Amino acid sequence: MKYFVKKLAGLAATLLVVSFLVFAAFAVIPGDPATAMLGTEATPARVETLREELGLNDPLPVRYIRWAADFVRGDFGTSYRYNMPVKSMIWEKVPVTLALTLISFCIIVLVSVPLGITCARHAGGRADRAIMVLNQVIMAVPAFFSGILITLVFGLILHLFTPGDYVSYKTSWTGFLGYLFFPSVAIALPKVAMAAKLLRTSVISEMKLDYVRTAYSRGNGTKDVLYRHVLKNALIPVVTFLGMALADMVAGSIIIEQVFNIPGMGRILLSSISNRDYPVVQAIIVCIAFLVIFINFLVDIIYQVIDPRIILD
Amino acid sequence: MKKKKSKNFKIGAMITGVMLFFIVVGFFWTPYDPEAMDKANKLAGVSFSHIMGCDNFGRDIFSRVLKGSGTTLLVALGTVAIGTVCGILAGAFTGYYGGIVDEVFMRINDALFAFPSILLGLVFISLVGSGKYNVIIALGIAFIPSFARIVRSEFIRCKNMDYVKSAKLAGAGNLRVMFVHILPNVMTVLSSSIMIGFNNAVLAEAGMSYLGIGVQPPDASLGRMLSEAQTYLFSAPGYALFPGIVLILMVLGFSLLAEGMKESR
Repeated sequence: MKYFVKKLAGLAATLLVVSFLVFAAFAVIPGDPATAMLGTEATPARVETLREELGLNDPLPVRYIRWAADFVRGDFGTSYRYNMPVKSMIWEKVPVTLALTLISFCIIVLVSVPLGITCARHAGGRADRAIMVLNQVIMAVPAFFSGILITLVFGLILHLFTPGDYVSYKTSWTGFLGYLFFPSVAIALPKVAMAAKLLRTSVISEMKLDYVRTAYSRGNGTKDVLYRHVLKNALIPVVTFLGMALADMVAGSIIIEQVFNIPGMGRILLSSISNRDYPVVQAIIVCIAFLVIFINFLVDIIYQVIDPRIILD
Repeated sequence: MKKKKSKNFKIGAMITGVMLFFIVVGFFWTPYDPEAMDKANKLAGVSFSHIMGCDNFGRDIFSRVLKGSGTTLLVALGTVAIGTVCGILAGAFTGYYGGIVDEVFMRINDALFAFPSILLGLVFISLVGSGKYNVIIALGIAFIPSFARIVRSEFIRCKNMDYVKSAKLAGAGNLRVMFVHILPNVMTVLSSSIMIGFNNAVLAEAGMSYLGIGVQPPDASLGRMLSEAQTYLFSAPGYALFPGIVLILMVLGFSLLAEGMKESR
């Protein structure tokens, strides 16, 4: 429990630092938000009034506290370009990116765990060697290129889906999930390869330890030893990896959304970057960062659950 | 003692060697001007005169791939250089001295580490604008935390070892101890993360250029070619396939090298 509280305090501290860094970064960039909102032809007097109104003349820490307070209350600011609340712009897109990440996460777990175990059991065999070579190649393929290949093979040649024909989750859940399947595969592929390889190495090295010999000597079969004793230990490095991969996948989905023409968080982020619509960029970045930090926190907690020996400082 | 190099190392060295050869050649000579447009050859297929075909403007894809992989290599090298040098400095000082500075620095480092590097790159690009050199700086900064973290933990491990103590007794100053005595011992651990970092830099650059916020024309870039090629995926699949395969070979060669080095250690 003490560990949990300590971890929670650390989480809060990291959130504060991250949000302040992002806020400060966007506060020091050249270019005045008031001018951006009013256009370059506005009179200096009007710009000054708006600056006062927006509170831009206050010192940085004051502005940060005000912004953070608004953020906690769910007010993410107003878009310069569309003059609408950022929250309503992002809110509809969150499920898209989240669904994309979660589906690919499920694919990773469902494919890599059996694959890793099978390879470890038949280590050195022909199938194992072939899969490992394939793995090495897949790891080198950037997700957006496998996305392009999938579009070409499954979309344009085999006609299993229509590239660009995105279905919103508001119209049909099944159509939405169906369209997201192939993009999710593209995100998952390199991670599947890495996770399977990691699990394979980890199972092989665990199998050499003393407790495995003891388990065998007590009359357990290979299957019992593998699933009841070894797997729990062997999964620990994989959990670490999956936690890191999840963060990576959130960022990776930004690119994949472009490949498959999916209107998610990545789409607004990119258009806001090119429009210099800073409140939107800032809000999305902070949201993603929070998500990533929260995932890392969860991973630390899961560690404790699967392996009570680990006490992390 | 000379150990036998593994198969991974040999294959990796071969791929990397061939890639480097083509890239170096590409710096000085390309079969066609990579910018020259030729209307007659729009989206031309593979032929003897254009071994990878032509793009939507009739530009020779092979020439553009040569130039583009050169750009990618340059960006990756620059990124890793910035990340390593700053990471070593930051990690060395905080790990060696410890104290409150270390505490504060590590908090910030953890915070930065929370961002996937491509996201940090995006933030930076949105602040300073795109272009080849901005990408190098953006990704370089994004890579500092991972290197700093490794160097710091190695310095903490080494700073109380006997050889450090004896160096101090012999009258070596702190800076000398840090960079002449400890740093070489850190290099073995660091070198494999440099290799991985290089690959991540290649992938990150390609990703950013694909999104249109990385390297800007007239600089050719593999990522950018891929995003342009996507429109013509069905009519000219080679336009997307060749840059993609070159990208894969670059990353594959290096990761095999890294793997081989790890095995032979």
